[in-house]
Amino acid sequence: MSLASPQPDAKGRRGGGGRHAALARYIAKRLVIAIGLLFGMTLVTFCLTNLVPGDPVAAALGQRAADDPETVARFRAEYGLDQSLPAQYVAYLGRLIHFDLGTSWQTHRPVSADLAKAVPATMEIAFGAIVCAAVIGITFGAWSAYRRGRLTDQSLRLVSLVGISLPTFWTAIVCFYVFYYRLGWAPGSGRLTPGVAAPPRVTGMYTVDALLAGEWRTFVDASAHLALPTLVLTLYTVGLLTRFSRTSILEVLDQDYVRAAKAKGLPGRTVFFRYVLRGAAVPILTVVGLAFGSLLSGTVLVESIFGWPGLGSYAYQASSKLDLLAVMGVGLVVGLVYLCVNLVVDLAYGFIDPRVRVGR
Amino acid sequence: MTRVETQDRRQQAPRRSLTRRLWRAAPPGLRQPLGLVAALVAAAWLVICLIGPVIAPHDPLAQELPRFTPPGEIAFLGTDELGRDLLSRILAGARVTIGLSLLLVCLSMLIGSVLGLLAGFFGRWVDETIMRFTDLVLAFPTVILAMVTAAALGASLFNAVLAALVVSWPPYARVVRSIVLGLRGNDFVFSGRLLGFSAARSIRVDILPNTLGPTLVLASLDIGTAALLLSGLSFLGLGAKPPTPEWGSMVSAAVSHFDKWWLGVFPGLAILTVVMSFNFIGDALRDALDPGVERR
Amino acid sequence: MTAPALRIESLSLGIRGEDGLTPILDQVSLDVGRGEVQGLAGESGSGKTITGLTVIGLEPAKSEVTGHIWMDGDDLLKITGSALNAVRGSRVGMVFQDPGTSLHPQLKVGAQLTDHVRYHLKVGKGEALDRAAAALDRVGVGGGRDTLSRYPHEFSGGQRQRIAIAIALACDPAVLIADEPTTALDVTVQAGVLALIRSLVDSLGLAVLFITHDLGVMSAVADRVAIMRHGRIVENGDRRQVFTAPAHAYTRELLASLPGAAGGLRSREDLARIDPFGAGEGSGEGQGERSAP
Repeated sequence: MSLASPQPDAKGRRGGGGRHAALARYIAKRLVIAIGLLFGMTLVTFCLTNLVPGDPVAAALGQRAADDPETVARFRAEYGLDQSLPAQYVAYLGRLIHFDLGTSWQTHRPVSADLAKAVPATMEIAFGAIVCAAVIGITFGAWSAYRRGRLTDQSLRLVSLVGISLPTFWTAIVCFYVFYYRLGWAPGSGRLTPGVAAPPRVTGMYTVDALLAGEWRTFVDASAHLALPTLVLTLYTVGLLTRFSRTSILEVLDQDYVRAAKAKGLPGRTVFFRYVLRGAAVPILTVVGLAFGSLLSGTVLVESIFGWPGLGSYAYQASSKLDLLAVMGVGLVVGLVYLCVNLVVDLAYGFIDPRVRVGR
Repeated sequence: MTRVETQDRRQQAPRRSLTRRLWRAAPPGLRQPLGLVAALVAAAWLVICLIGPVIAPHDPLAQELPRFTPPGEIAFLGTDELGRDLLSRILAGARVTIGLSLLLVCLSMLIGSVLGLLAGFFGRWVDETIMRFTDLVLAFPTVILAMVTAAALGASLFNAVLAALVVSWPPYARVVRSIVLGLRGNDFVFSGRLLGFSAARSIRVDILPNTLGPTLVLASLDIGTAALLLSGLSFLGLGAKPPTPEWGSMVSAAVSHFDKWWLGVFPGLAILTVVMSFNFIGDALRDALDPGVERR
Repeated sequence: MTAPALRIESLSLGIRGEDGLTPILDQVSLDVGRGEVQGLAGESGSGKTITGLTVIGLEPAKSEVTGHIWMDGDDLLKITGSALNAVRGSRVGMVFQDPGTSLHPQLKVGAQLTDHVRYHLKVGKGEALDRAAAALDRVGVGGGRDTLSRYPHEFSGGQRQRIAIAIALACDPAVLIADEPTTALDVTVQAGVLALIRSLVDSLGLAVLFITHDLGVMSAVADRVAIMRHGRIVENGDRRQVFTAPAHAYTRELLASLPGAAGGLRSREDLARIDPFGAGEGSGEGQGERSAP
């Protein structure tokens, strides 16, 4: 009787080194795609800013200025509108590299400076909301899947359908009215109570900066102001996450390996956390990435209601005044953030699913 | 896992009446009380779309009542900042929001299907171009891209629909493309081509009918999304212009008067009920047909 | 004669649906003795897989079960909850049809080999890993710790099934239920896995309930053969007797339709020539691809 040595197939024989090389290839591929999309995005905003029917001069300067030929000529020369389109695009990219997104005619400041202030404020809500929504959504989804067809499942399905159907801007107004105006539980609008000084800027997120500076009172105040917008955005995305988690987990529950895990006598808890959740991780993570996108959309609709000085309020004011360059700036920044999130999600696949690493 | 100790009792097959059989033929989602309610609500809103202005107690544009009247005897749902009757404006607004949402869904279904068909059928660079374009659109969060487009086009309802169209066709293109790709390898399509049928015939006879079910399910789920997107754009001031009774812009009036709760609550409830009822119906349809549209 | 390791006694099972109870199993009785392979053969849909699953309490949802499943004086049908978990994997191991799907693709082999060992035997990580490496050795997949840190997709189909068998046997159960363990494998690999199961039975005194639709496989590996049809056992007896002098018409029908069996195996003598530890198993790539859904 000969005890044979292991016979890993060709893939296995390459061993750890091959695995890492495959992972590197996978990451490189994702990066190339992301860079391609980034260029695509700049092309989109460029086209929208420059090619759309309607006078970009009028859009940028306002109708009064557009009636003055001298102003128009100066503007066209300044922004190179008299050059060929490819040349204009190259010039546009050149400006983007120097973070020159033009000047908002509404605030009379560079759009990039406005955005630099707004982005951390928005990220503070967005991160909070996505974490809450993911935890609640996956829990609900799993609960629903395990009770498939029963009352719990039906009720959670109703809850998530309502969640998906809520107009966010409306939820925000109702929550603000109820929790601030009626009940007085939530503090008013803004990021801090007037009189509380902002913490020294490190990340621009007040809660984080306050903790870094050890200003406990500021942290509590900032968190209190954060609560309501986060709640509204959580409501906005939790329905989506519940439904997708339910579908993904149901699919995994049907898998042989879950039955095999039960046949091993593992307790339900272990089967769920070790086998089911791991199996559903890739689709769920994809949806969390998608949900982050819809969450960024949501901030545009709700921030102005809470007087939250983030990207959303900025976009709201800019779009209601047709401040085109400012709107484009928001579009580009949000697109960029979303791109990064999806890139992170893609890269995470490589670590969650070993099969990705060998290029399957 | 229940382990019930019972004897094998074979039940008699119950006799079924015609109504019972019809009931069983309906999508399971609609067989529950909630599904029925959703169907009724959706039907009611569609009726209001048709006859809304006729049954409205006031002219939705007339500024003839006291401003900021709370809901009550003078105006059932109160009046707005210009003394217009809120109920009348909501009834008249059904046409705008629901009508345009339906239009938007039809247009995105059409455009998305055509592009998906072309991509799936012709493959190669056609496919590559269209799908990269789809990826690009999907690389932006929808509301953001719609907002940017609407802002560039200028604020009007028509432009809002156009902007919404820009972001809402990709799912259709993807679904149709994947179906066409699946069918293209199928024997019956292949044999049709072998028999010398033209591409047009092959598309019309063999492929189009098969894409219809899944796209319709997608569309029914999309009506709610479309309504949310359009009212959202109007809320941002990128859609309906002031006198038009549009629900999203009506809610935005409440931002500066949030103490007058009725201004925002009622138009918002209108959006919510419309979106919810259509989502419920779409959900029931999807369960019934299950074409796997949920997977990206 | 000592009591059988596993005794299934008049097991009936029906699934409660919209149209009442659909009968699946009807008065199934089987004994699986120590050091013995009890085969259970039948067409797909005859209820043989559900019989196996019911033993470890994994029958389909909405099932109504009657009868007894005896193991060491315990009626497994009366056991629920954590007591049932203590039986599964620890006293009864199970091997499924397709190791491509029954092993978790995102968990290292070591993790899948040790988690139930740690749970059932209450041992630490190090000891569990030692046991896991030993279990792998026993099924002819060597490489010890290195193998433990690999993922299932890095192995061929035959090796994956050997790993699945190692998992099932890691806690030294008295009974192994093997549900079509060779059906998803390449014909060339099947014989090796069958020889492995046979050698484990002979060396460990394992009691195996071997479920298959393949009578060729059955004739090679089983000591006793039961033939199942429509949820009922129509014939049960010694391998030689069932194959040479079938008592039931259905068995004769099945035997008549038996082509040259898988891997050319027709008898125990053929199997004896196969090295159970896989030397005959080529290391060619792609042999692990699923050949059946």
